[in-house]
Amino acid sequence: MREFKYVITDPEGIHARPAGELVKAAKAFECSIKLEKDGKAGDCKKIFGIMGLGVKKDNEVVLTFDGADEDAACEAISKFMQENL
Amino acid sequence: MASRPYFVYIAHPLFLEREFRNCLLVTVDDELVFLEVEMKVYKGKSVFGGIAIGKIQVYGKGEKQVKRIKVEDTETEILRYRQATKEAINQLKALYEKALQEVGEANAAIFEIHQMMLEDGDYQESIENIIQTQEVNAEYAVAQTGDNFAQMFASMEDDYMRGRAADVKDISERLLSILQGEEAEKMSVGEPVIIVADDLAPSETVQLDKDMVLSFVTVHGSLNSHTAILARTIGIPALVGTGLSLAEAIDGKMGIVDGTDGTFYVEPDEETLSRLQKARQEELSKKELLQTLKGKENVTLDGQNILLYANIGNMKDLAAVLQNDAGGIGLFRSEFIYLEREDFPTEEEQFKIYRTVAQTMGKKRVVIRTLDIGADKQCGYFNMEKEENPAMGCRAIRICLTRPEIFKTQLRALFRASVFGKIAIMYPMITSVWEVRKIKEIVEEVKQELQAQGIAYGEPEQGIMIETPAAAIISDQLAKEVDFFSIGTNDLTQYLLAVDRQNTALDAFCDTHHPAILRMIEAVVENAHKAGIWAGICGELGADLELTRDFLAMGVDELSVSPGCILSIRKIVLETNVSEYKKDWRKSWK
Repeated sequence: MREFKYVITDPEGIHARPAGELVKAAKAFECSIKLEKDGKAGDCKKIFGIMGLGVKKDNEVVLTFDGADEDAACEAISKFMQENL
Repeated sequence: MASRPYFVYIAHPLFLEREFRNCLLVTVDDELVFLEVEMKVYKGKSVFGGIAIGKIQVYGKGEKQVKRIKVEDTETEILRYRQATKEAINQLKALYEKALQEVGEANAAIFEIHQMMLEDGDYQESIENIIQTQEVNAEYAVAQTGDNFAQMFASMEDDYMRGRAADVKDISERLLSILQGEEAEKMSVGEPVIIVADDLAPSETVQLDKDMVLSFVTVHGSLNSHTAILARTIGIPALVGTGLSLAEAIDGKMGIVDGTDGTFYVEPDEETLSRLQKARQEELSKKELLQTLKGKENVTLDGQNILLYANIGNMKDLAAVLQNDAGGIGLFRSEFIYLEREDFPTEEEQFKIYRTVAQTMGKKRVVIRTLDIGADKQCGYFNMEKEENPAMGCRAIRICLTRPEIFKTQLRALFRASVFGKIAIMYPMITSVWEVRKIKEIVEEVKQELQAQGIAYGEPEQGIMIETPAAAIISDQLAKEVDFFSIGTNDLTQYLLAVDRQNTALDAFCDTHHPAILRMIEAVVENAHKAGIWAGICGELGADLELTRDFLAMGVDELSVSPGCILSIRKIVLETNVSEYKKDWRKSWK
């Protein structure tokens, strides 16, 4: 299992468009990818799960990766977060 | 015994004499009485300026009636639902394409999001689960699930997320329409109307026949709603959050939407009507020009082309760029990213902004000017020394070359964003060849660093502003170093004529058509062409309609002006015969 923490810098938080892109990016991997905020976790492959967390700017989120391609997924999603959120 | 009051409403302007217009004809105790109807005024948040006058049509989609029906064959019901999902996704793909053409990628993205929502595992599971466990029809399961998910968003803290409940309703309604075998509901209207609705789903907005809609007025909805964003992009006056009650009988009545101050008038009185009709008329003549000129190429009668681009100072201007049919962005003033803040913007912040602009403009060129701080634009956190004469002080590229760490952050963001569109980078306040060479060294370092870090970057065009007399005079040498020139006539004028633009006492001495300026522009363009690069104008002078033909005659390749000026220039271009014009040209300044 891999994980990393990330603090959201996008002024709008995880709004619809980046949520959609995050789902697209996550779906490219086999492993399970979860995004956690304040103890609540959402599945990164499900857009409602992500949007439902209501992640805003300056929130800290934890992303966890579990499965065969977790290393590659962790790296790719980390890059995605930095570039988009 | 008194008879029951009898009401007749008289609204048609041709029906009665002026004094009876907007009156109720009432019988009270068998007597006929005219009662004047009071104009109703509502306030909302204006999404887009402009005025619309016309008949009101209330669009009440009403909740779809969904019956709960017991089914035995739940497998078939699930298949029906899955089939409907496929169909819905196809519809959304088509809508995405339509929106992409009409309102740009950033706004069209919502229809991609809708597809993802339909494909969301939890949403699908919930629907199939309801069908299976409760042995009910797909329609019921979809409606139930849609309500639950919408409720989740509606109960969230953040305004933006609450607004997303509308998206969930939208996708569920779409599925229901398909399941119930209805055509996707279209608002059919025979004449242009003001649409009044509770709220409009993004797909409803995009499906509207634009020629038949004068304006939107919604009861709910926020400035953040996709409808608001779309209306803004399409450029129709729209008000949201008016709080009016749809139960009031306003359907079919006369209304005015004044987007300039967010007011909605129902049954306006004479004075209001004539005041706004006049304002509307002025707007209309502008719009007419827009209609006839939109989509046309900027080509003269004798076949010479010119690029007409837009100048923008922040992200909000993007809508106006698309609306006025700009061929690209000729000057993106990146200063706004630096101004009004406490500290330097990060690379990521900048990258996101540049990428959004590049993506929105698609294949069209976006010329981004690197930071032009100094002179009249100051930023506290730059900690600049106080200067006697800031206009000739440490500004623009001079800051970048003396403090390369600031410059590099911006360059990294720009080179990375170049992957997402057709970005061109423009460096301001150049006076010498060595500056350009120094910039190139720094650019080379930036590219090597990105390469070493495995970060993707593009190869944007790189050009300079010609806004100092020095740069203009050595433009033959500079042309060999860069991909394009853009002449900044504001600074060039003030440096050439030694006149401070801000000083109104000097107006008589500030001749913007001074022969020195015109000769200089001509020489710069010529030098650019000799070196095989393009040259444009991005200062105020570019929008000076008295000079458009002269610029064509000089062979200027591009004019970058504020979005609202593009079509007026296009009109002149279309009417000009350059070779004719050249016969009797330059007398005043050569």
